[in-house]
Amino acid sequence: MKKIITFALCFVIVFSFATVLAGCGNSYDATINVYNWGEYIDLSVISEFEKEHNIKVNYTTYDQNESMYTKIISGSADYDVVIPSDYMISKMISEDLLAELDFSNIPNYSYIDEQYKNLAFDPENKYSVPYTWGTTVILYNDKYVSAEDVAEQSIDLLWNEKYAGYILMFDNPRDSFGLALKKLGYSMNSTDKNHWAAAAAELQKQKPLVSAYVMDLIFDKMISEEAYIAPYYAGDWLTIYEQNENVKCYIPSEGANLFVDSMCVLKSSKNKQAAEKFINFMCETDIAVRNAEAIGYATPHTGAFEALDASVTGNEFVYPSKEKLAETEVFVNLPQDILTLQSNHWIDLKID
Amino acid sequence: MMKTKKPFFSAKNLTVTPYAVWMVLFVLIPIGLVVYFAFTDANGTFTLENLSYIKRYAETFWLSVELALISTVICLLLAYPMAFIIAKMPTERQGSAILLIMLPMWMNFLIRTYAWMTILENNGIINRFVGMIAQWLQIEFEGFSMINTNGAIVLGMVYNYLPYMILPIYTVLTKIDNSLIEAARDLGSSSVHVFRRIIAPLSVPGVISGITMVFVPAVSTFIISYLLGGGKTYLIGNIIENYFLGSSGAINYNVGAALSLLLMILIVVSMGIMNHFDKDSESVGGGMIV
Amino acid sequence: MSKHLKRLYSFLIFAFLYAPILVMVVYSFNGIKSRSVFEGFSLQWYKALFEDSLILESFSNSLIIAALSALIATVIGTFAAVGINKMKKRTRSAYLFVNNIPVVNPDIVTAISMMILFVFFVSVTKMFEMGFWTLLIAHITFNIPYVVLNVLPKLRGMDNNIYDAALDLGCPPIKSFFKVVLPQIMPGIVTGAIMAFTLSLDDFIISYFNSGTSFQTLPITIYSMTKKPYSPKINALSTLLFVFVLVLMLIVNLRQTRTAKDKKKKEKS
Repeated sequence: MKKIITFALCFVIVFSFATVLAGCGNSYDATINVYNWGEYIDLSVISEFEKEHNIKVNYTTYDQNESMYTKIISGSADYDVVIPSDYMISKMISEDLLAELDFSNIPNYSYIDEQYKNLAFDPENKYSVPYTWGTTVILYNDKYVSAEDVAEQSIDLLWNEKYAGYILMFDNPRDSFGLALKKLGYSMNSTDKNHWAAAAAELQKQKPLVSAYVMDLIFDKMISEEAYIAPYYAGDWLTIYEQNENVKCYIPSEGANLFVDSMCVLKSSKNKQAAEKFINFMCETDIAVRNAEAIGYATPHTGAFEALDASVTGNEFVYPSKEKLAETEVFVNLPQDILTLQSNHWIDLKID
Repeated sequence: MMKTKKPFFSAKNLTVTPYAVWMVLFVLIPIGLVVYFAFTDANGTFTLENLSYIKRYAETFWLSVELALISTVICLLLAYPMAFIIAKMPTERQGSAILLIMLPMWMNFLIRTYAWMTILENNGIINRFVGMIAQWLQIEFEGFSMINTNGAIVLGMVYNYLPYMILPIYTVLTKIDNSLIEAARDLGSSSVHVFRRIIAPLSVPGVISGITMVFVPAVSTFIISYLLGGGKTYLIGNIIENYFLGSSGAINYNVGAALSLLLMILIVVSMGIMNHFDKDSESVGGGMIV
Repeated sequence: MSKHLKRLYSFLIFAFLYAPILVMVVYSFNGIKSRSVFEGFSLQWYKALFEDSLILESFSNSLIIAALSALIATVIGTFAAVGINKMKKRTRSAYLFVNNIPVVNPDIVTAISMMILFVFFVSVTKMFEMGFWTLLIAHITFNIPYVVLNVLPKLRGMDNNIYDAALDLGCPPIKSFFKVVLPQIMPGIVTGAIMAFTLSLDDFIISYFNSGTSFQTLPITIYSMTKKPYSPKINALSTLLFVFVLVLMLIVNLRQTRTAKDKKKKEKS
């Protein structure tokens, strides 16, 4: 027995070193670490980039802005490219975490629609290249949710006791509080502590009705009809709808969150040029089309927009009308005391 | 044998040096840092404020202890008979039986816990199965809601840590001298009597180590509560994780360290109590044998 | 307990232990991407698994970390055990106390204590990031105590006279150690090394807090898979892992029973 085990162990050791050596076999010019949202790219794009530019990509994912941010500031990460949302970008700019981009390395930037350039979170557009945009929507399964309950197209549906145990909620404080604040008629960016306390109470009230606080698991739970109602991002609704046509959605009448997720390079990046090459690659028209088709989110890329199927670009939820967009609100970077308040309320919600 | 006055530095103990350096650097200093962070604020000045958070999370602490205790008790109740049955098997079959108990432990616990998600869901395997039977019997069946409850968390704990309870109990049971039991029988003791006066006391050390091996990981888990609790239940492990890798946006090593310190003290104290029991029983058991 | 009751009870416990694994295995052959409906037999998820470079890479990372950390921990731990064994009772119990800290402490506490150390070190020196090295150090740290705990009893049970005899016959201490002591404590070393290897391969909590970006182990990849929409690739992966473990353990067990039988035969003859 001893011999067998020793043999097995030796085998494993030899095998693992063999894999290391095999890995060294194809040498890349550079390596970049890309940190993206889960389900937010056509994965074949990465290997294509690796082949074309001979740059190795370590690709990892997060499921919310906050956990990405934490990883970065704890110093435990050496990412090159990240794709945060608007408010997080302005926070990271203010904390000097992002590098100014050299746009001569990103000629494809010209494809980005002027509408998405120089937005409030990056007014001179020095740090970011928009990747996707969209709004939050409320998903419901019309097999189980009666027509009169969705008639008002209100956030209140998430608080409807009729569907207790079949409601999902965002597992991140910014989106959850955003909905609760809007429900109460306040701004998502309110800095009034009373508003936040009221929103926290509203979330407490909702908790007994909630089946689970989840992020990307919403896909499964809505498709398999494990839950009937959930708030999520419009692009993801399209992906879900393709697999279960009973899942419909609406942009809440109280006003939704409008987000823009942009590609950025971290200041600590050791391969800024390679990172910019990656961003430029992502902005090539055919690549942008493939990504947009894979993830379902609205693209700010003019070339891709034209190339996409009219049934997608004509979709009123993924590409909402100007009037609808006028009612939406973009998250801004909240002051530190409000952020602390938010996280305290959030933990209170979870431990109660 | 030569006698050395300075065992730490003598040439004889040179073999220990790398180990000693390693343990100081990566075990003692980190623990020291936890204590240091627990009693300082972000600027490094001394404060007791972090400890006030313990009061804030008192209920969470209590819930974690409660769920872990329930799981430990269930594990013990399930494991003892199983260990007993295996220990009484013919020797050549014991090995395979123990192998079968250990095999699931070799699978990654994330995968095993994840599997329970698919079993317990509203549309999961149990509900589908019972639903089918109900349909066949033409009974109205609304489905059990099992996933995302504290019950599911307890189930996850019991499932993951049951082998940790079976193995040590089995080990002590096999070490009990059979002649002792036979002697008692010959002297006219009933089976119940033999169990109560001989087997039970002698198996206490196994039970004790089983309890610690189940309780410690159960009370500090953050994965089981996350996967099977639907993000609705935070245990103390989730709070600590939150303060270090915070998804709620508030990283605070100081508060996290204070809570970890408390968790560590909790474990040390409960193990102290356990060992106390252990000693008592040993003396009782020893008296019995004589 | 009656015989039937015993059987029933064992059956129920084993059913409980194996039900989730069975479910994972069955659905790995599912023709469709569902975790509750089974439709048609297919091997497509295995194919998809072997095309997923992220999973394959993290698996080889796991093997590398487990093999290296087990190797280093075994060397450090074995020498330490030899030294500790010779110590006086009080020093020895002091050492063993420290040795038991990582064993007894909840994993999360060990994990965050090391994370604080590394983050502290990184922020002071700005020299390196969390990644391969921090992960390796963390794994070695929680492996060493298990090696020590496995080797020490073998040293205690060893016959010291042979070693002394070797010395008396003029064999130099180092050579006598390798020729006389090492073979006697080898079973303990091997058990310790295997334990270290498996603990390291299986570890999630400590890796989760101490890994960087470029180097992720399999459990971390599995964790991120549990947060994403379901893919039966995770079933295929767990089935393969299960088969791997099963085969390994069966071989070990077969050998054991065979040697046991041989012994019996010898005793009879």
